[in-house]
Amino acid sequence: MMRWIRPRALQQQGMLSMNQRNIDYIGRYNDRRAYPLVDNKLKTKTLADTWDVPSPALLQVVKAQHEIHQFLDYVAALDGFAIKPAKGSGGKGILVIAGREGNDFIKPSGSRVSLIDIERHLSNILAGLYSLGGSPDVAIIEALVRADPLLSRYSHQGVPDIRVLVFKGYPVMAMLRLATAASDGKANLHQGAVGVGLNLANGHALNAVQFDQPIEQHPDTGLPLKDIHITQWAYLLTMASRCYEATGLGYMGVDLVVDAFQGPLLLELNARPGLAIQIANGEGLLPRLNAVEALPRPHLTPEARVAWAREQAAPSASGVLCSRPSTRRDGVPA
Amino acid sequence: MRQYSRTPFRIGIGLLILAGVSLATIRHLELGVPWWPGEQRPVWRVEARVDFQASGEPVSVRLNIPDQPPGFRILTEQATSPGYGFTLQEQQGERFAQWDIRQAEGPQTLFFKTRLLPEPQAAQDRESELPTASQVFLEEPSATAARALLTQAQAQSSGPASLARALIRQLTRATPDQNAQLLLDHAALAETLAQLLNHAGIPARLVDGLVLEDARRQQRLLPWLQIHDGNHWITFNPRTGEQGVPEQVLLWRQARGPVLEVVGGQDSQVRFSMLRQTLPATQVGQATATGSVMTALSLYQLPVEQQGMFRLLLLMPFGALVVCVLRILIGIRTAGTFMPVLIAVAFVQTSLLPGLAAFLSLITLGLLLRGYLSSLNLLLVSRISAMIVLVLFLTAALSLIGYHMGFSTGMTLTFFPMVILAWTIERMSILWDEEGPHEVFIQGGGSLLVAILAYLIMSAPLAEHLSFNFPELHLVVLGLILLLGQYTGYKLTELRRFAPMRRYST
Repeated sequence: MMRWIRPRALQQQGMLSMNQRNIDYIGRYNDRRAYPLVDNKLKTKTLADTWDVPSPALLQVVKAQHEIHQFLDYVAALDGFAIKPAKGSGGKGILVIAGREGNDFIKPSGSRVSLIDIERHLSNILAGLYSLGGSPDVAIIEALVRADPLLSRYSHQGVPDIRVLVFKGYPVMAMLRLATAASDGKANLHQGAVGVGLNLANGHALNAVQFDQPIEQHPDTGLPLKDIHITQWAYLLTMASRCYEATGLGYMGVDLVVDAFQGPLLLELNARPGLAIQIANGEGLLPRLNAVEALPRPHLTPEARVAWAREQAAPSASGVLCSRPSTRRDGVPA
Repeated sequence: MRQYSRTPFRIGIGLLILAGVSLATIRHLELGVPWWPGEQRPVWRVEARVDFQASGEPVSVRLNIPDQPPGFRILTEQATSPGYGFTLQEQQGERFAQWDIRQAEGPQTLFFKTRLLPEPQAAQDRESELPTASQVFLEEPSATAARALLTQAQAQSSGPASLARALIRQLTRATPDQNAQLLLDHAALAETLAQLLNHAGIPARLVDGLVLEDARRQQRLLPWLQIHDGNHWITFNPRTGEQGVPEQVLLWRQARGPVLEVVGGQDSQVRFSMLRQTLPATQVGQATATGSVMTALSLYQLPVEQQGMFRLLLLMPFGALVVCVLRILIGIRTAGTFMPVLIAVAFVQTSLLPGLAAFLSLITLGLLLRGYLSSLNLLLVSRISAMIVLVLFLTAALSLIGYHMGFSTGMTLTFFPMVILAWTIERMSILWDEEGPHEVFIQGGGSLLVAILAYLIMSAPLAEHLSFNFPELHLVVLGLILLLGQYTGYKLTELRRFAPMRRYST
């Protein structure tokens, strides 16, 4: 009987469904004109710079087939970098190179990639293989993010990233995504990455799921996931919240990484964030979304919004979020 | 931000569905298009053959043709007449087929074909003005004989109809009396009857009827007698006195004037041949040429070739609806949103199992070839283009193999959309590389499941019948699709996906 759940039970927990997300949130709060800002990573980076949201350094942009050779010359001097299709979605087409060995490049997984493979990958990106609707694309080359060792020890290869769901500028839910062997070093939940729900008040772990199933320990590293907590939490949430002013998107996912040297960096924005964050948090989104919608007067600064959101999530607060006590908060020190 | 009231939208959908259903109902009632496929109806095919000798001058031929014959509905009318200009004309309630030619010489043959549907309740008289009895001038001694006969008949009758019956009885006796014999010497039986009745002040006329018997040729028109009782024309068989139009009699000419008029020719005659056919009721409905608004909206107006295409295209909305239901309500993942519908359309042409086998082998072979292509390090556009060519080769090869093995279905493989197949192969291949075989099987299987379900619905005879004969029903489909677009509840798969949430429920 664990395999199915009644719709009424889901409703009671305030679980947001895919259809409702599309109609009531994405359709209503996300202006289509803003989509190119988030669907194109190059534009996102420029925009983030304007709004003082740091992101990994942009090394180069490959726009045309003939530039690939120049790039290959240039890249010879680099140790680590990430190649991304500007219009890619769902982590498709991202190639991370962590180091070099002779003429070959080494992926974080340890597998080798030849120069020819990279050339082909770039030309695939340019032809639009990974872009939405197959339109021609450009490849951007970013500096490699060196993950904060505090976090990266939880992750099997790859850099853990933090997804913050921002609704009308308010952070409403957050989770940490850890790559696993099953996800091939990628941080996408549907590919098998571990999602760890984060307490919005303090950045401490709540629960963890893999393939939508609850887990206690990381499947590869064996470390207990309950101990995770994110440092610079308020700053990180403020960064996410600021993206609302930058894009105007009412309902979006902000993906951040914590770099060992530069601190939190913006990886990408997502105008159609997934629903798995609810399972990772063990809580439905609807009560929180409704609380934001019911605000009589929105807060004007990202800082004020973050403060409000953290207050709502704090165990001591008597907001709508705590109207239903749940087991998850008992196990977490505030 | 943008939040509209949903009430007008729902009313709109309600109207849409209502419009679709009521239009279909009107079509059903007015044109007799049946709701269910497979109903059969008898139809008479009548052919009039006009023969004459043209004398080298301009020729104009006028053939009186049926106009709302009682007991029948005209389905189609068609003329075959090499070299002649042909028009259908309507004048003072009469309908003519008219042939014209500048010059003709020698024996000429013209055909006029019509298909008629027996219909008991069809066609009532639509007489705009009450007919009056025509003046009849009889010379002596005919006048005296007529008066005597009428007096006799009137004594035995109570109204126009019984008078007609009485007169017919008198004139058709085995041994007619002197008066009757005198009149019959001067004119034919039916004509005499009409004269007598008009003389008595009852509007009467002669019409031409055709006795319909299966596979008869060289038939002639026979006169029938009609009298007007103030409300309707009542038909009598002048030979038997039987009242009403018998089921198998078609009144070819009900108006005045001759059946056939030939200018510029001689020795003209018209002969009829007929055939009884059984047609699916749908074809009967389609061919109804009554000129109603619904007929103008019927797809049967299109040339046959386009009809075949529309027959297929009109099934697509059902496929789209299936995709909507399966994706919105059930939550099945498919590779490409409407790829399954296109595959289902191909299945409709190939039938399911051969189509499925062909599709799977095409995709498998395509994936193998794609593996080789990807090692060639090609640009995406040329890789897909090469894939299209290869898919074409594969299709041709499979067709040939199928043909030599005696499967005729091999030939229908061409119905698979090549470009879609090439893209499907490319996507599947990428999916395999990026997400692993598991996701390929989930999405590929989901697509096939949707395609098969769509096929099952689209290939149902009822679906094809309804979609083509009642195109307005697609308004209902549209309404349902719009309605589904508003569904904010959980998908069936989400009930499974979110099952871990049971741990947190209070």
